[in-house]
Amino acid sequence: MIELEGLTKRYGEKVAVNNLTFTVRPGIVTGFLGPNGAGKSTTMRMMLGLDRPTAGDVRIDGRHYDRLKDPLKYIGALLDAKAVHGGRSAFSHLLCLAQSNGIPRKRVHEVLDTVGLTAVARKKAKGFSLGMGQRLGIAAALLGDPRILMFDEPVNGLDPEGIHWIRTLMKSLAGQGRTVFVSSHLMSEMALTADHLVVIGQGRLLADTSMADFIARNSRSYVRIRTPQPERLLDVLHEAGITAVEAGGGAFEVDGEKPERIGELAAQQQVVLHELSPQQASLEEAFMRLTAGSVEYHAHSGAPAGPQWGNDWKKG
Amino acid sequence: MAATQVIRSEWTKIRSVASTVWTLSLTLLVTIALGMLISALSKNEFDNMSARDRLSFDPTFISFAGMSLGQLAMIVFGVLVVSNEYSSGMIRTSLAAVPQRGTFLFGKLAVATVLALAVGMATSFAAFLLGQAMLGDLRASIGDPGVLRAVIGGGLYMTLIAMFSMGVAAMLRSPMLSLGILMPFFFLISNILGNVGATEKIGRFLPDQAGNRIMQVVPPVDDDTPYGPWGGLGIMALWVVAALLGGYVLLKRRDA
Repeated sequence: MIELEGLTKRYGEKVAVNNLTFTVRPGIVTGFLGPNGAGKSTTMRMMLGLDRPTAGDVRIDGRHYDRLKDPLKYIGALLDAKAVHGGRSAFSHLLCLAQSNGIPRKRVHEVLDTVGLTAVARKKAKGFSLGMGQRLGIAAALLGDPRILMFDEPVNGLDPEGIHWIRTLMKSLAGQGRTVFVSSHLMSEMALTADHLVVIGQGRLLADTSMADFIARNSRSYVRIRTPQPERLLDVLHEAGITAVEAGGGAFEVDGEKPERIGELAAQQQVVLHELSPQQASLEEAFMRLTAGSVEYHAHSGAPAGPQWGNDWKKG
Repeated sequence: MAATQVIRSEWTKIRSVASTVWTLSLTLLVTIALGMLISALSKNEFDNMSARDRLSFDPTFISFAGMSLGQLAMIVFGVLVVSNEYSSGMIRTSLAAVPQRGTFLFGKLAVATVLALAVGMATSFAAFLLGQAMLGDLRASIGDPGVLRAVIGGGLYMTLIAMFSMGVAAMLRSPMLSLGILMPFFFLISNILGNVGATEKIGRFLPDQAGNRIMQVVPPVDDDTPYGPWGGLGIMALWVVAALLGGYVLLKRRDA
């Protein structure tokens, strides 16, 4: 269990993390979501005692991080896959971490096997691809067989097979009763893995809710209607006690009503319909609405001057 | 227990990177080779020297002449041992594994210092013995008064140079910045300050100038240095303590 209380980090005038209070519970995957620059990594560094909070407190199983004896046995973290000396082999990297926490050498072989790096264990880390580096970081996190695991943007730069592997791994770790805390800036990724959701924007807590609740509350479902007789339609709907909102382009949207009922009403009153379609707002839209006021780096939505390709792949 | 775990871990770290091997072997080779060369040249020059220079001819000190260059490799060793953690980002992984920053730094310094001491002593003894072989009948013997002290002192000098570099690197974090300050300082600036009349009195309190004294067996004729061999080494040790303390305080207070 990880408990944050009033956690705050200031760099001069700028507040990176603003009075965060929440608890990360065992047995589930907790997603830590926020746009780039929201303060996710800073929060995670404070959890590990790397950055000192300006105010507030983090406790790991009730204790401060630097009070843990052999901390890798309590909490394993993947912060930055590049936090490895490139000239050192994967095996030596893991061995020096194991030795510092009194973890036996045979455990190094085990985690190398778990992440599938046994074949390149003696190779220097600087020759590793992004995906292999990510796997090495995960091996380091698993080294002490900890009850708590923390991953900062673990799917960044991974191929689909690697992404699938990480999702399965996180779920099975949580299934064993461990605390799993994983950050991402992609709602779609979280929707597939997380059971619980903590959303921050500009360092402030925006939501702390179960994934199911978040979906129920935020995935608005509505019916979209187009008709050449808008006035007639509005009258008919109004008489039936249904409110329709004009959505532009001659279309109307109706919240919380089944398309069947609207279709039957229209048929009874002989209103011509050109479209009658059930719609669902995506979680990504819900997330963007939630964080709309707190995005640090806005892109302009107009067409850029230069060629526009690959924007979607840049930050996977 | 915790400290022995950290020491084992740091030993694994230091022997699993190539820079350890090449910096330390370069220290040994450069110091010995240059020492032998200068010893051989000095032997040939001796007949042309003034009476005054002959009087202060110090065969022991001459065989250590290669240290002025060899110490630069020792500086690189000391700087890289510490700053590698920062330039690679490894420091965050390391401090997450060992959050007691004092223990972490102590373990790292202990391992690197023992290694520097072993290589420093080997370098000093080898430079002395091979240098004397070049000097022919001008040679000093290890049994002569003050000579053993000078040879052991040479090994200690090299160790302290490495420790000072570790302290500076712990303060500055960046390998380029640390080397950019230490290399010209020890190779040029300190020598200039120590040999120009106006700054000589301050210059000889600089770490390398003061530490050098322990390797001299025959002092210059008009020697007015206000400290002896061990006093000089003590001054150097104070510099080392100050650098390491600065590194410790900054590591303790800084965000990783």
